[in-house]
Amino acid sequence: MKKNVFSLNDEIRSIYINPNETLLEVLRDKLGVKSPKCGCDSGDCGACTVLIDGKSVRSCLILAIEVDGSTISTLEGISKDGLSPLQKAFHEHNVFQCGYCAPGMILSATELLKKNPHPSEHDIKEAIAGNLCRCTGYIPVIEAILDFTKKD
Amino acid sequence: MQDYKYIGHSAERVDGIEKVSGAALYTDDLEFGPDLLYAEIVEGPHAHAMLNSIDTSEAEKVPDVLAVVTGKDFPFNFGLYMKDRYIFAQDRVRFYGEQIAAVVARTPIAAQKAAKLVKVNYTPLPKILDPLTAIQEGADLIHPELKNYDRVPWFFPTPDTNIAHHRKIRKGDVDKGFAEADYVLEDTYEVPRYSHCAIEYHAAVAKFDHSGRLTVWASSQSPHTQRNLFANALAPLGIRHNDVRVIVPHVGGGFGSKAGVTMEIIAAAIAMKVQGHPVKVMWNREREFYNTYQRLGVIAKLKIGVKKDGSITALKHDLYWDAGAYVEYAANVVNAVGLSAIGPYRVENASIDSYCIYTNLPPGGPYRGFGYSEFLFGLESHMDRIAQHLGIDPVEIRRRNAIKEGELTAYGAPMNPNGLLQAIDRVAEEVRWHEKLTSNDPNIAIGKGFSLFWKAPAMPPNASSSCFLKFNEDASINLLVSGMDLGQGFLTVMAQIAAEVLSIPTSKIRTENPDTDRNPYEWQTVASHVTWGCGNAVHKAAIDAREQIFDLIERTKHLPRETLYLEDEMVKCTTDPGFELLLKDFVIYGIQMEDGTFKGGPIIGRGSFMPEFTSTISDPETSQGGHPNVHYTVGAAAAIVEIDKQTGKVRIKKIVEAVDCGKALNPSLVKGQIVGGIMQGISTVLYEEMKFDHRGKMLNPNFTDYKIPTALDVPDEIIPIIIEVPQPDGPFGARGMGEHTMIPVAPMIANAIDNALGLRITSMPITAEKVCLALLKKEKKK
Repeated sequence: MKKNVFSLNDEIRSIYINPNETLLEVLRDKLGVKSPKCGCDSGDCGACTVLIDGKSVRSCLILAIEVDGSTISTLEGISKDGLSPLQKAFHEHNVFQCGYCAPGMILSATELLKKNPHPSEHDIKEAIAGNLCRCTGYIPVIEAILDFTKKD
Repeated sequence: MQDYKYIGHSAERVDGIEKVSGAALYTDDLEFGPDLLYAEIVEGPHAHAMLNSIDTSEAEKVPDVLAVVTGKDFPFNFGLYMKDRYIFAQDRVRFYGEQIAAVVARTPIAAQKAAKLVKVNYTPLPKILDPLTAIQEGADLIHPELKNYDRVPWFFPTPDTNIAHHRKIRKGDVDKGFAEADYVLEDTYEVPRYSHCAIEYHAAVAKFDHSGRLTVWASSQSPHTQRNLFANALAPLGIRHNDVRVIVPHVGGGFGSKAGVTMEIIAAAIAMKVQGHPVKVMWNREREFYNTYQRLGVIAKLKIGVKKDGSITALKHDLYWDAGAYVEYAANVVNAVGLSAIGPYRVENASIDSYCIYTNLPPGGPYRGFGYSEFLFGLESHMDRIAQHLGIDPVEIRRRNAIKEGELTAYGAPMNPNGLLQAIDRVAEEVRWHEKLTSNDPNIAIGKGFSLFWKAPAMPPNASSSCFLKFNEDASINLLVSGMDLGQGFLTVMAQIAAEVLSIPTSKIRTENPDTDRNPYEWQTVASHVTWGCGNAVHKAAIDAREQIFDLIERTKHLPRETLYLEDEMVKCTTDPGFELLLKDFVIYGIQMEDGTFKGGPIIGRGSFMPEFTSTISDPETSQGGHPNVHYTVGAAAAIVEIDKQTGKVRIKKIVEAVDCGKALNPSLVKGQIVGGIMQGISTVLYEEMKFDHRGKMLNPNFTDYKIPTALDVPDEIIPIIIEVPQPDGPFGARGMGEHTMIPVAPMIANAIDNALGLRITSMPITAEKVCLALLKKEKKK
């Protein structure tokens, strides 16, 4: 067990972690943060995406001990002060269906727009290509992001 | 056209904010406290073997292990339409990875460690990995007990064979029809197995508490059906229906995989052995592939005869389904196709034989489209080939044969009102069917393909729905139904129906996935029937509530009820413009009279619906005489593709799809189903492929090796078209459309590839590799 200290959704957390625990396990099972989902446990589906120091990371592929000193954001943090304009756009467009991919998809889109507020359609596709969705056919996701950036 | 305030509008999803905010909880997100136990499954490493003995003694010694359970603990069979399934294997295993035992422990690690110590002794048996081998004379029997299994009366197994069900259609005179034909085309089409790939795994937590109550939290499409099957399967242990409670939080996709009962019964059963503790059974991505339902594979032999003008004179369709090791649900896929494999056409002489065949591959089961995607791949390919031979336009041949209202389906019942011709014309126009497209790049070939589709819900004739509608003090509503929102937007549409009848904003109606203790009965959320069936129940419940309101106003305000109406959360009166009474002033508290007493009480609407006109009773030799399907939803679609001749890679430029949903209660959600369904269809035709080795073991049970599309694979353009020819018995004229949208995709892509390259591919998937090799072969011949 090793003590780790990191910022999670703007709150400093310190926690004892086993060296073999993934960040996804620690977030969900030890810290009660449930928006990152497990959909493959091998980095293929992106449902477990979180932002570490602003960069999207598959939390099932990273050991929790590696994030000591980092700043981690999940959808819970993004939603803290009410829905972000991007979340609102997703809601207004009825983008998601089952919603299981939504946390990861929204974090990938959030990362993209921070780096590139006016992405092309291809930029958007590239940014969310690591987030698998079986319901929407992706087009509503892409259209909502495009529409949002046009309004901006 | 009637003006509606709430239906017909693209209302925001009632679960939308939960889903974009991360608040939505799924089964694995629920907390059960430190007493939660974990189960690990022991799987059989043979596709077919006798199970001689199981030694659990070493596993039981592992610290933190509470119980090891095996088939001996649950010597009962279960199943939805036919009881051919077991909670854990009994005397034999029938597919690679079948569950043999489960270890229940305090931690997942202890359970996994102990599961490896369970020793099982097998005698391998000859395995059968394809349906044609399984029906050969003298083939080994996978279910020697087949003839003794309980089943619904409309299933017809062939005793002492591997044919679990055989649905026959005999309509008109097929021999005469072929004799009258100017041209007959006969060929075989093959569609392999597919996986649903919902991103959320199957998950279940069960607790059998010390009072004897069994609660199951599950990711399910079918909470009441699960309760029913749990109660029936566990009845030998003294369980009754009202002892079982199934609670379903948000569900991360289903597509049929979470219909009926699969792994959930394992959680329910093992909870009985660790009374007092909640126990969790989680599938992982691998098991999602090999130990839940898979879409059935099929070998379809199709023969169609036509006159010179393209009109169909006879159709013979023989379908050999690879239904897998257990067919308790799959047999109904086979049945549904047996009834409908003429496609959306007027066919006076038809012969269909649909065979449900046991193999030693994982159990087949329901998958979006319920067999229609599979048989229409061949049928719609065939229609193009016939058109080509006769020199008739592919759209025109479909127009000429399209089934119209009142014409007879394969089983002899009249076709419902439908907008098939409208759909054909709208799609042809939108895709500019007659415009010839050419590429400037000699390496790129461009082609167009067309396909029709149809599908009926496949349900028992007494599949029913019900609804409770409760007013709250502020005239907001809790709408209790047991249909499931799997993402399709069902709950939003139910709220819109109630909103329309009661003139209350959709946003003031709360409706959530069910708890079988609180919410009234629903058969299952499958078959694309809930908008129609449960929508009817909600409509009735809202009218019931409205009539109670009018009763009360008539009784207390002495206004004639025929003058009363609801508008903007108030009761109003056509003859007294000054009369306005806010619903919130009386729907709970009642109306105060001059003497100080109150009349009324909480308004609670109640609605139930059963399609009372359906029947499965018919002549088993011909299937004539019954009315097994409630109605068909129809549509048309077209695709434009570009193919790279060097790599065989198909790029989809444009897809247009029109679906007749009767009435689009929420157009945004209808379009969401069209786009999502098309993408799932594209995935099956271009990308997905299950690989099994000689042992019957699936080789690619993960998203690295079993590819589903990403955002980079979407077509350049998808144009959804909504057709609205009302369904007379649907809520506001609506009928289901969720599954249908993926059905035309595979055949229209196959047709577009043929149009572009003159290459007819008769087996799915049509991967780049397959196109490329076929092209090379064609070049060599030249």
